Amino acid sequence: MKRLQIILMVCACLIFAGQAFAADTIKLGVAGAHSGDLASYGLPTLNAAKLVVGDMNAKGGVLGKKIEILAEDDVCKPEVAANVGSKLVSEKVTVVLGHICSGATKAALNTYKEAKIVTMSPSATNVDLTKSGDYPNFFRTISPDDAQALLQVDFALNKLKVKKVAIIHDKGDYGKGLAEFAQGFFEKKGVKPVLFEGITPGAVDYSAIVQKIKFSGADAVLYGGYHPEAAKIVTGMKKKKMKTLFISDDGVRDDTFIKVAGQYAEGVYATGPIDTTKNPMAIAAIEQHKKEFGSDPGAFYLNAYAASLCLLEGIQKAGSTDYAAITKALRSNWFETPLGKISFDENGDAKGIGFSMYQVQKGKYVEVK
Amino acid sequence: MEYFLELFFGGLTRGSIYALIALGYTMVYGIIELINFAHGEIYMIGAFTALIVASALSLAGMSGWSLLILAGVVAMIYSAAYGFTLEKIAYKPLRTAPRLSPLISAIGMSIFLQNYVLLAQTSDFMSFPALIEEFPFMENVTIIRSSELVIFITTAVATTLLTLFIKFTRMGKAMRAVAQDKTMAMLLGVNVNRVISVTFIIGSALAAVGGVLISSHIGQINFYIGFIAGIKAFTAAVLGGIGSIPGAVLGGMVLGWTESFATGYVSSDYEDVFAFGLLVFILIFRPAGILGRTTSEKV
Amino acid sequence: MEWKPLIRRAGSEIFKSSVAAVWFMFLTFPLMVIKISPLDRTIEWRWMRMVYVGVGAFLLSFIWRYMLERKETGSEKGEADSWQKRAGNRIRSDRMIFVPLLAVIGIFVLVFPFLFSSYQTSIMITALMYVMLGLGLNIVVGLAGLLDLGYVAFYAVGAYFYALMNHHFGLGFWVALPLAGALAATFGVLLGFPVLRLRGDYLAIVTLGFGEIIRLILENWNEFSFGPSGIAGISRPSTFGIKLTLQEHTVYLYYIMIMLVLFTILVVGRLRNSRIGRAWIALREDEIACQAMGIDKTKTKLMAFALGATWAGFVGCILAAKTTFINPASFTFMESAIILSIVVLGGMGSIVGVIVGAFILILLPEYLRAFSEYRMLAFGASMVLIMVFRPQGIISGIRQRYEFHAKAREEART
Repeated sequence: MKRLQIILMVCACLIFAGQAFAADTIKLGVAGAHSGDLASYGLPTLNAAKLVVGDMNAKGGVLGKKIEILAEDDVCKPEVAANVGSKLVSEKVTVVLGHICSGATKAALNTYKEAKIVTMSPSATNVDLTKSGDYPNFFRTISPDDAQALLQVDFALNKLKVKKVAIIHDKGDYGKGLAEFAQGFFEKKGVKPVLFEGITPGAVDYSAIVQKIKFSGADAVLYGGYHPEAAKIVTGMKKKKMKTLFISDDGVRDDTFIKVAGQYAEGVYATGPIDTTKNPMAIAAIEQHKKEFGSDPGAFYLNAYAASLCLLEGIQKAGSTDYAAITKALRSNWFETPLGKISFDENGDAKGIGFSMYQVQKGKYVEVK
Repeated sequence: MEYFLELFFGGLTRGSIYALIALGYTMVYGIIELINFAHGEIYMIGAFTALIVASALSLAGMSGWSLLILAGVVAMIYSAAYGFTLEKIAYKPLRTAPRLSPLISAIGMSIFLQNYVLLAQTSDFMSFPALIEEFPFMENVTIIRSSELVIFITTAVATTLLTLFIKFTRMGKAMRAVAQDKTMAMLLGVNVNRVISVTFIIGSALAAVGGVLISSHIGQINFYIGFIAGIKAFTAAVLGGIGSIPGAVLGGMVLGWTESFATGYVSSDYEDVFAFGLLVFILIFRPAGILGRTTSEKV
Repeated sequence: MEWKPLIRRAGSEIFKSSVAAVWFMFLTFPLMVIKISPLDRTIEWRWMRMVYVGVGAFLLSFIWRYMLERKETGSEKGEADSWQKRAGNRIRSDRMIFVPLLAVIGIFVLVFPFLFSSYQTSIMITALMYVMLGLGLNIVVGLAGLLDLGYVAFYAVGAYFYALMNHHFGLGFWVALPLAGALAATFGVLLGFPVLRLRGDYLAIVTLGFGEIIRLILENWNEFSFGPSGIAGISRPSTFGIKLTLQEHTVYLYYIMIMLVLFTILVVGRLRNSRIGRAWIALREDEIACQAMGIDKTKTKLMAFALGATWAGFVGCILAAKTTFINPASFTFMESAIILSIVVLGGMGSIVGVIVGAFILILLPEYLRAFSEYRMLAFGASMVLIMVFRPQGIISGIRQRYEFHAKAREEART
């Protein structure tokens, strides 16, 4: 029994020692999919956080303290995300950058809310996260789904004069959510989509759905989802010499899409955050990524860069790591980010981040007015 | 009619790829009764190798059919090498183990190989160059594309060659012998280890062919493409009757068509539900698959 | 001592390792060394990596061959006198060790949430959930010998049952728990009927398909399951009026899990030695002989499916209560594969084995988080390594044996 006591004592000491040791830094939790099929959406955020934190630390940190990154992989699964959440809480993170997927974010948010930790996602667009008012600790540097869908629908009806539309989605929480909003907005305007279908992400090819779009006679396809599937569908459509317009979302407005779809990407419309190509901070951030990691940044990189900046500068401006002070600072200050000047409203949605429509022209996304 | 034909050829393309991967599953299963879950990863590695080789060579100024063939051959060599090594590391030490142990080792290997490619290369999607050139005479044909044509022809040729190999060569005969009775084959002087290695090599090379062709057809790859393709191909192998070579090809085609027609005439929402539903349905009436032989058990 | 053969042996070992090193350098060459960036049209050559691979393969191949050799000689000597077996027997037979050991484990388990952070408690809950899932699947795979790759379907049934009932009718956790089990059992029987004729790997693929079908329905049928956006705000287990913080809730759930796991162990342990348990094992060993003995094959197999599914239903219900949010992303094929791995890795048919397997497979990736990017790589590699070096599982099941000691009886008589 004596030995057991000793073991217990040692364990307890270790735990307390770990906690005492940790107090001197500001801890930025970075949670998202860092492995598995969705890793390509989570890793760019981690890279962005690393760069921002590196810069800040070089300048002396925040509130005179160094910043430390605690990266946690949630594979975009709710139950893993919940565990990751309690891990970050028990490691006493100051703020959390994440999660990447809306579902995982929802699962972890209760834990953060209870522990009073500010959480900012670069990519979770589910409307309920902010508008339901359930999560006062949640912020995001991306617009919610409904704003995006509304812009797409308006653009399709007013600018492109689309009469018949096919809506395709990838069955994911992001893509399907967006597609459903778009469907609702179209129907409100009196246009009934000729097709509303989900495809299986990662399937070997999509020729059958391309066929179906072709024979539905739609003038335009509205696709909710991410770029890999979009690239496959667009390539298939162009190779079939179809003239149907392709309108998609933020998940597609990614340079990887143009890289992957190449010449076939030409003419594709996609909504995305307000133009950042002329923003000097965005240019610098992308250059920095190329220098540091030797490759172009991936999805949500700029959003994540902006979110890391807002979180850390928010702490700086709040003057403390106190939850109430940080949320107040985030809501009352404007931050210079690669996405432009932004602040946050009562719900946690970013002000100053709107959507505009882009089109691929000569291998680049160009804003269409 | 045009709609039907386009769906038909779309399904055939998909089915051909399933078939090429399913051949590897079925051969391995026929010989050592193992579901090689890492087979999809071999297909992915084949596609990745081809991408790297093709990019490197096209920088050196190569293009056209010679590029496709060269990249394909290197991909086949590497996939075969990976398949060979996979068997030596993860399955050979388990030959006398309980039946499910190699299956778990295969799942582990599949996770390992995926993450190996993720770390060694990238998590991002990569653009795969269209190595298959458009035929000039196909200019005005819309129901079928050149690359689809190349895929069917290659699949047909590969399957024929494989069937001939198994029917007529010494090694093919040895394979059939090992499949029937490993111990007996060993007693009769067949080098069982070599036969198993050759099976893995051939199966992996075929998967690489499938990987190169489909990647070139759809134009992108990442480290995760092997997983779904692998599961579908395995389904195809079982559907056709696992262990049977024509069964794997037929199973692949049937699966490809089911998916294509389900999307075309019903809804792509339930594409996979139709695929698996068909599988359950067929297995209820033919418990050993379409072409599988129902062996009556000896008592 | 003759040193010539020794040198020859060393020479051949070094040669073998060199071959392995060269082979792996060749194998990893395109993927590890070449990195293309198609946009800038440049190639990056990372030659240093090739050196690492070469050196790594050279060293590892020594260890690999040494371990394999040890395994071979070990198995020749026979399982009976391996130290693990002896230790196992000693622990079981000697009350002086067995009782205190159990007590220590018991106390540790009871005070665990007070010793460790709520994160540790919460991953422990996850691990315990997988213990239950493993024990449930063990009935189907380990005892009845039916390879089920779609076990996750029943898990989803339980989770969605509680989530939907809670969402629409405000049904509490304690009412939902047994009902979730019952519903999952019903699904088990429904799936069991058509697939009973199939054997071995055909059964595996059909169950896999069934698992995928359930997930796809949950993804597509919005009106029923809220589609991929999932169901949020599910109630945690009710505490009969006492208000708890999140942390206390975690501790509460931890104790619920401990109780349920003990209950599971009790039931599964009793089942294994019951009439139906014996029938399962007999069915696994030889179907025809079993039928000849008058066992109803259909009924026995359906019982296995139903009872196995029940536990998945329970755990599904707990999952929904634990995360308070579920969506179809939690119920992929990979989940089934992990549960199956728990059963096989731990040792099929053995309760302790399954528990150990669950702890390894669930806690390993959590503690491997220190390796960050290399986490899943290490996870896959350890699965392969455990299987290669302990193919029968970490703790192999013990068949209960009744030995007839003629001598002892004679002695007793005199």
